[in-house]
Amino acid sequence: MLKYTEKIQETAKRLLQDKQVDVFIAYGKGTVPMMNQPLLISSPDRVNQLYWDNFCGLNLCNYLTKRTGRVGIVANGCNSRNIVTHIIENQIKREQLYIVGIPCEGMIDHRAVTRAVNQKEILDIQQNGKTFTVKGVDFEETFAKEKFLQTNCAVCTHRNPVIYDELLGEQVEEQTGVSPYQDVEKVEAMDPEKKQGFFTRLIARCIRCYACRNACPLCYCPTCFVDESRPQWVGKSSDPTDTLTFHFLRAYHCAGRCTDCGACERVCPMGISMRQFTKKLNKDCQELFSWEAGLTLDQRPPLDVYRPDDYNDFIK
Amino acid sequence: MADEIIGKEEWMKALEGLKNAYTVFVPVRDGDFHTFMSMNGERVADFKYQNTRLSPKAVIYPRSERLFEYSLDPADPKAHILKESEKDYSPRAIVGIRPCDAHALEIVKRNFDNPEYRDPWWVQHSESTTLVGLGCSEPCSTCFCTAVGGGPFHEQGLDALIYDLGDRFLIKGITDKGEALLAKMGHGKPADASALQEAEELAARATKRLPASPSIDTLREKKINDLFNAPFWEEVAFPCLNCGTCTYLCPTCWCFDIQDEVLGKAGDRIRNWDSCMFPLFTLHGSGHNPRDKKVQRVRQRFMHKLKYYVDKYADGVQCSGCGRCVRYCPVNIDIRDVCERMNDYQSA
Repeated sequence: MLKYTEKIQETAKRLLQDKQVDVFIAYGKGTVPMMNQPLLISSPDRVNQLYWDNFCGLNLCNYLTKRTGRVGIVANGCNSRNIVTHIIENQIKREQLYIVGIPCEGMIDHRAVTRAVNQKEILDIQQNGKTFTVKGVDFEETFAKEKFLQTNCAVCTHRNPVIYDELLGEQVEEQTGVSPYQDVEKVEAMDPEKKQGFFTRLIARCIRCYACRNACPLCYCPTCFVDESRPQWVGKSSDPTDTLTFHFLRAYHCAGRCTDCGACERVCPMGISMRQFTKKLNKDCQELFSWEAGLTLDQRPPLDVYRPDDYNDFIK
Repeated sequence: MADEIIGKEEWMKALEGLKNAYTVFVPVRDGDFHTFMSMNGERVADFKYQNTRLSPKAVIYPRSERLFEYSLDPADPKAHILKESEKDYSPRAIVGIRPCDAHALEIVKRNFDNPEYRDPWWVQHSESTTLVGLGCSEPCSTCFCTAVGGGPFHEQGLDALIYDLGDRFLIKGITDKGEALLAKMGHGKPADASALQEAEELAARATKRLPASPSIDTLREKKINDLFNAPFWEEVAFPCLNCGTCTYLCPTCWCFDIQDEVLGKAGDRIRNWDSCMFPLFTLHGSGHNPRDKKVQRVRQRFMHKLKYYVDKYADGVQCSGCGRCVRYCPVNIDIRDVCERMNDYQSA
């Protein structure tokens, strides 16, 4: 993945110098291990700040919403699918964008790495293709990348960008035979009481910081329902009922739109398995509507389309 | 009381005994991180941690706190009259609080307990809480307490301080409140010269590991408007998600929102933590929002901590260098960098 850094820098330089784009959005290297920072540059002199590695697990599409001018942006599989969704939902125009596609082999789960060294502080990380080595004050350990993928990356079947103007590397082989919904099936099998318990425990640590919502490119409402104050829809205290209301409503707003990019889960400061909320809806969309979000510009998402010939009875 | 030495196992047993006199909050391993919780049979104190994910500020300043109750029932003669909610001000102890978090409570105190305003709930919670610090033998790479007036073994804000000497703790009483708590735990042996020296070396080693930066020395002499209008805010703010991670994990962020919640004919007035990162934070009743842009909100957070506070209290910055926001900001906005930029800034 590191090999992309140089290519991103070259491409950004060319695009900015040739004035093909006004700004370029990518990542810069973070100041702490396993953290990178979304970066916007408008001068070719700054391209050496651009960076790519196994920890680019946010969703840069988040920074495209209602942007004006011509924008260059790097996009791996899931980010490109969100760009498609953004275009369909009129948050950005295709002709504004120059999409620099990055075939992706998955991001590393920073929490899993820290867990593997028993929560000791990691001071340095070296990434060497299929392995990576972490160092701390009194330890050094090497791990296989494939065992430490973010849980969404481990079941991803769209690693290659679905939309791009230029691809920075050979397409990677897509994963086959993954079963992405085993955890959802377990929850589906629970009776209502157990389900309630499952989700109540899931959010027990939530501090309502809304990092999950804000990291998600789907959440671009000018005023989120939790921020509506006239009238107020949701309580603001740490009452679990309000917290659950927020999480369920947020998830339902993502139905048929979520690309399972995992940004919500990656950013949660409390380590909540955020994808448990959205995955069931992704599964339903796949089973009921044969729909996966963000694969094509030609189709409206299932929840904002009506077809007279719909085979479902309930809609007639 | 002279400094005392006590074996760790013995200390843990004594800590259990303390539960009779105090509600004891200790660091507990909760999944991937440590967090302060009250001790009970199931929750065991675990002092092998660098710092807790959330600071223990919630013990004194709960995330949601009911302040008043009222009735809206017209038949009730006391309808529409606020009645103060009953509070529990029985003795509490936070055992294992890091010196940076105790320093942070001193900073927060300026807001809640000053000659102009005295917040009765914060003050009473604070007064009923005894802070037993655990010196920071292994500061994180993101820590910078010494750069902002603290230190890994600083005693400010603490009632007692523990030095971890391997299989033993050296315990130092600092205030009467701290001495009283230690007396309830029973005594260890007086610390001999070698233990005292060991503790001193431990503190010196830890202090040496901490960086001298970020610099804060010229923040005060800068003009507010120069910093406010500095050209770097757009760049600093670009990646920001405007989530509340930094403010909620911060031990020195004190802002709150007051909400009325009504069910049927009964209502509660509740105080909740709030965050200057949220658009709702400054939304006026008129619908106008003086900070309706992300860049304004990001600037506010840093200006408050590193300029407005500095000017108002003339005693350092509103930051104790715990490094939580540095480590857990989902987009890696690093207060150390922003602070350097502000401190270095020369207006044109």
